[in-house]
Amino acid sequence: MASHIYECIEKIGQSIIDNRGFLTELDREIGDADHGINMARGFGEVLAQLPADNEDIGAALKKTGMVLLSKVGGASGPLYGTACLEAAKVCAGRTALTAEDGKTVFAAVIAGIQKRGKAVRGEKTMLDAIIPASEAYAAAVDAGAPVDACLDAMCEAAKEGAEYTASIRATKGRASYLGDRSIGHKDPGAASSLLAMEAIRSYVKGA
Amino acid sequence: MKKLLNGIDSVVDEMLNGMAAAHPEYLRRLDGTDALIRTGAKKTDKVVLISGGGSGHEPAHGGYVGRGMLDAAVSGAVFTSPTPDQVYEAIMAADCGRGTLLIIKNYTGDVMNFEMAADMAADEGIRVEKVIVADDVAVENSTWTTGRRGIAGTVFVHKIAGAKAEEGAPLEQVKAVAEKVIANVRSMGMAIEPCTVPAVGKPGFELADDEVEIGIGIHGEPGTHREKIGTAQATADQLLEKIFAEGIYHEGDRVAVMINGMGGTPLSELYIVALRVEQVLGEKGICAAKTLVGNYMTSLEMAGFSITLLKLDGELEALLNAPADTPAFRQL
Repeated sequence: MASHIYECIEKIGQSIIDNRGFLTELDREIGDADHGINMARGFGEVLAQLPADNEDIGAALKKTGMVLLSKVGGASGPLYGTACLEAAKVCAGRTALTAEDGKTVFAAVIAGIQKRGKAVRGEKTMLDAIIPASEAYAAAVDAGAPVDACLDAMCEAAKEGAEYTASIRATKGRASYLGDRSIGHKDPGAASSLLAMEAIRSYVKGA
Repeated sequence: MKKLLNGIDSVVDEMLNGMAAAHPEYLRRLDGTDALIRTGAKKTDKVVLISGGGSGHEPAHGGYVGRGMLDAAVSGAVFTSPTPDQVYEAIMAADCGRGTLLIIKNYTGDVMNFEMAADMAADEGIRVEKVIVADDVAVENSTWTTGRRGIAGTVFVHKIAGAKAEEGAPLEQVKAVAEKVIANVRSMGMAIEPCTVPAVGKPGFELADDEVEIGIGIHGEPGTHREKIGTAQATADQLLEKIFAEGIYHEGDRVAVMINGMGGTPLSELYIVALRVEQVLGEKGICAAKTLVGNYMTSLEMAGFSITLLKLDGELEALLNAPADTPAFRQL
């Protein structure tokens, strides 16, 4: 039987692969039309290479990070790869995570992405979905909400954040070259981050 | 989409194998990677120069692997940076103990992937330095963007730093001359027709019959603005105006000129542009000491061109004129 972490990563990968065309189309508008293609190639490889029976969350995330790093390319490879590797460090040896642990994982992911991408909130990047999601999630956990509600809050904020990227001008990444012409288009990285978070919610709720 | 391919997934693989099959006297494919490495690179005692980026810019970057230019070129998927492990393998295979200079074009993905590779190689005790080319004046250099893109001017960095390395200069000097080129080189491009990434199947942007895109990069991405097509002369003047606005090029200077085709523009049109560029330089009292016209840094089948100017001093001019022998750049 496949491990929990494998099933969760599989759910994320499947969502990315299913939305390959959608992500590429977003990137075609303000980038170089490869985000969906690259992410789908990376997650296809993750699903092929990830051992299905290992329950070690840290090990699974490390493997995922290494594969994304070596198969995705572009900026997304190092960013998502680093995010997974940093998350792997705080999950080393763990076979289950509590709601509280989710906050630690978020912090590690955000720190990793910022270290590699040198971006802050408001620059029309994946961080505009991830940081608000992290804050909403932490607030819900701190308020003692049940896990499902925490994940709903996370996804709601991520969705708002991804929508918000359409209203602002890009100052990081390839879309920044477009200047004001980037306004009106959603950031592909924010969109793929939202997909990943929605897949995690769907996995936890279904499990 | 109408392209001469065997399959969308095999584009890069077959292109690299084709280059290796066609040019075995210059390069080979590094086993298990998407890197082309100079034949016998390990035997030479010199600073190693490695560049690369997405595929689709041919002859860049593999075409510049050879004597007097690059020691290895690493290719990613079409218009996508190569991954850190690929660049790392190239660094490890090409190293001959005198250090490596990575020549990176300023794109977020390229910089991240090459930097990660440099960190990995440094962990193995290899001396790795990097330079980042950002010659495209279409993009304003401000804190509000990722910074200027690296485009065709990169070929001058390959040539001049390559000549310096071939002389046996140490890593610091090779890096310094590469930085000098970067400080003095500026480019700007435009497109008449967009290009289609094979895996996407449709053009990166759409232009009406009488429209052109000004300020494009080399990845099929849209430029800074769109306008009605003008004459070759008016278009060249427009690009030159932005380049001259940099305040680098003055009366009495000697410059190198590159009229670079984006892949789908006939040489005849590039020469029509070259004529205008020479005229304008003449009017400004600037001497075109060397002019390159051709497809040096392309964007698949995009129609359009870029103009690059490099201000020369004695050192840069001597290194630019030094011999080089690569599949795409040969000079006695």
